[in-house]
This record gives sequence, C-alpha cells and structure tokens, in this order.
Amino acid sequence: MSKTPEEKNCPSDGGCGGGKSRRHFLKTAAGAIAATSYLAACDEASREKFFQKHFKELKDEDKKKIVARLEKEYEEKYKKKVKVGLEPPMEGVRFGYALDLSRCIGCRRCVYACTDENNQSREPEIQYIRVLEMKKEHGVELAHSDAYYEADKVPRKDHFYMPVACQQCENSPCERVCPVGATWKEPDGIVVVDYDWCIGCRYCMAACPYEARKFNWGEPTIPAKDVNPDMHYLGNRPRSKGVVEKCTFCIQRVRKGKYPACVEICPVGARKFGNMLDSKSEVRYILQKKRVFILKQELNTKPKFFYFYGA
Amino acid sequence: MHVSKHLSVFVTFTTLGLFFGSGLLYAEDKKSAGSGDKAAKAEEKPASKPAAPDSAKAKSKVAFHAAQTDQDSIAVPSPPFSEGIFPCSECHEADDDVDLTPRKLEDEHDKLIFRHGSRDRWCFDCHNPKDRDKLRLASGRLVDFKRSYLLCGQCHGPKLRDWRAGVHGKRTGSWNGKKQYLLCVNCHNPHMPKFKPLKPKKRPRKPSEITYKKK
Repeated sequence: MSKTPEEKNCPSDGGCGGGKSRRHFLKTAAGAIAATSYLAACDEASREKFFQKHFKELKDEDKKKIVARLEKEYEEKYKKKVKVGLEPPMEGVRFGYALDLSRCIGCRRCVYACTDENNQSREPEIQYIRVLEMKKEHGVELAHSDAYYEADKVPRKDHFYMPVACQQCENSPCERVCPVGATWKEPDGIVVVDYDWCIGCRYCMAACPYEARKFNWGEPTIPAKDVNPDMHYLGNRPRSKGVVEKCTFCIQRVRKGKYPACVEICPVGARKFGNMLDSKSEVRYILQKKRVFILKQELNTKPKFFYFYGA
Repeated sequence: MHVSKHLSVFVTFTTLGLFFGSGLLYAEDKKSAGSGDKAAKAEEKPASKPAAPDSAKAKSKVAFHAAQTDQDSIAVPSPPFSEGIFPCSECHEADDDVDLTPRKLEDEHDKLIFRHGSRDRWCFDCHNPKDRDKLRLASGRLVDFKRSYLLCGQCHGPKLRDWRAGVHGKRTGSWNGKKQYLLCVNCHNPHMPKFKPLKPKKRPRKPSEITYKKK
C-alpha cells in the first residue's frame, strides 16, 4: 500500500513526488486556460486596454494610438465626433486660482458649467464643485457649513458662500497614498488622474482633506447631446465605472490658453485664474495685493487655490 | 556626559542660527520681489509727486497724465444703451436751455429709478448738459460713453485699478493672451448699480437621497 502524501510527511505542494504535484499542475493549467480564453474572447480594443501601460511610460506613438482608439469608442457610444487631446504642459507655467469670497453669491452656476464642460455623470450625479454656505458671524468654519442649501434668492442675508473643488495641492496627500501611481502632479501644477490606470481603491478620497475627489459608484451616464466633444486624455474624457475623478482646472481648456469653465461663467466675477510664474497675471496681482488665505493651512498641503477678499 | 552637553548646546545654537538665517533670506527674497513690482508700478503713475501749484511744470504733468489715460483705451464692447436712447443729441440740442436744479424728472426719463448716491447726486454730476453724447469728469474733461470707466473710476478708484489688472469683473478671454474686458456698465446699471439677488441652481443630491435601481 502506498502511503498518502500526508503519511509520508511530504510538504503540501507535492515536493515528495520529486517535483510539483498533479494538484499544482492542474491549478496552474486551469488558471492559464482561464486567462488565455478571457483574453482571446476579448476584442482587440479590450486586449489593448488590458495591456496598456501607465500614461507616463507611454511613447508618443502609443499615446496617439490609444487616443485614436478612445475617440472611436466614444464616437460609437455617443454618436458624435470627439477629439481627445494630449496637449502637454506649457513651459514656465504653474497654474494658480483665486476666488473672491466677498463676491461669491452662491448661485451655483459654476457647478453646472463645470459638469457641462467636463462630461460628468448626470446619473449618478457627480459635481466637482461644492458650494458651502456659512454664516458671516461665524466666519470660515467648515464644520458648520452647508452644501445643500436651498433658497429663493442668493445671497441670503448674513450668509456668505465658499465654493470648494480640488485645490491642486503642491504637497498633495492624494498623490502620496495612491498605491498604483494613477494620480500625479503635472509640471504645470495640475494634479491629474489616469482613468485607465486607477483601480478604484479610493485611498485618495480618504486622504484628500477637501473632499475634492469623486468616485464613479455606478456606470456614468451622460445624454449624448450634452457630451462636450473637446476632450483631453487626462481631463474630461468620459470615465468608466470604478474610477476616481476630480477637477483638473479644465486641463483641456487651460492648456490651450482658455480660462476654466467656472471662471468664465461666474456672473459676479468672483473667480480668477492664471499663471503664477507670470508677474503680470491676475493671480499674482491678487497674491501680492489682497488678503489671501488657503483652506486647512495647518495640513501643509500647499494648495494652489487661494481665497481672497477683494472688496 | 560632559561631551554630550557641549554637543547638544552646539547643535541647538546651530539649528537656531540656521532657522533665523533662512528666515532672513526669505525676507530678503520677499523684499526684492516687492521692490521689483514697485518699479513696474512707477511707470504707470508719472504724476504721483505733488507739484507746485500754477507752475508750467504742474500743468504739463497734469496734461501728461491725461494724455496717458487717453492712450490706454481698453477694448470693450459697446455700451448697453436702451433701445433708441442714443445718440442723446437727437433730442437734446447743444444750445438748448438747461435747468440745472436737482429735481425728480417728470417729462422724460421719468421711468428711470435713480439709486446711486441719490441723496447727494443727480444727473448732471455725470452727464454733460451741453453735449449730451458725452459724459463729464470732475475736472470738466469730456469722455465718450465708450470710456465711461474713467468716470466710474473717479469715485471707485481701487475698483478701476483692479479692473485694469483683470482682477475685477467677469473674466473671459485668454489667460496667456488677450483678456476680454467689459465696461462697468455691462454688469452694473449706472443708475441703480446694486446687483439683484439670483435664484441659485439646484442643490446637490444628499447621500441619503440616492436610491439604487435593481437591474
């Protein structure tokens, strides 16, 4: 009678047989067949997506191919011609944003201009900008702020309004905690997310002190007519379920010299944007002459979003 | 123990010295940045020093300042006149008699609500009685309606300065190129400048309001 592997005091990986055991072979074979058949069953596009490298490792030709594939995918989905850009950061540019708290009236037009520009999911609803209503007598006290205020007319008496979105921190906690490196700071200062690399673990959302990041819990849906066809790979191209997204200072606009959508829509001119390295820009003027502060300064995130009092 | 005490004192003083030294360096940098900007600003203000009154020098300085502002017209859209109101000279002839007594208008322009310092001001503090197609500055100088910002800037100087820099008002155009400017009056009604409150757009959905549909 031959002894069982346990009786022989053999290790469980089948070492006694002078090599790997039958069990081990079958497990490996099953895994290999499963993987191969999955990949074989995928179409070309999905296979390419599966093997796609991190954006920072891609060569220019690879990027162009990927963008072409994405454009085809989006055109099929939304039945309109789209352009996914790859504009690189401009030399000598570090973006800064300034928001005048003495002027914001809390009308939320920036919130919807942003969702229109950046192809955010309408159902489930994702909005990058949260406008917080606070009482003037308490000052900036985030614990008592209300993002869900409703009113017939704004600004309400004795209240002031503070919109908060991604602060594009110089010392960003989100970048630090990402386990796969799917989010990083570009040379022009914008913190970006490679949606095809993000695994959806949401560590960055836990790390962000400003609640700036939003997660696609469900399959994002946008009506085809509302899709903005001017896209950027790192910006407003449609995301998929299970990835994190956030404000990118409208990277598809600012890398072409335009202002972000929220800056242009603000009816009271509370929002200002520009290149902090340009001594003649509005943002530099504000930083040098106005009462400026940043949110949660004690956390040393070094945001590039400045709040000021212009009046 | 003896050695470590000296060592700890040395380390403490060195660290403090480094802190203070770097603080001074930082202050140096800030100062040089500030003075650099002052130099740039000085170009914009040629008549900042008070000159002796009634001298030719003073007159030439004022003229220079005025000429400077004439040269720096900022491209703005045309003034948002009401239908048919301009040119004013179609109704108001230059040699008409004008009653300069501040009063409430009853014949024409009576629907106009005036709430812009109405206790101390009235029409001809800004409008020019003899040539109605122009506005009149405090100095007597006439400006076009297209450059009404010069008039507003007489009282709202800091706003005008911020507006020129692109910091006041709605910002459109290009951050690294030509900015698009609006006239003051494109946003602020000059007769009733206070903004009316707006209805805010819909609030975001609360997490408790999100429902999941079973497929």
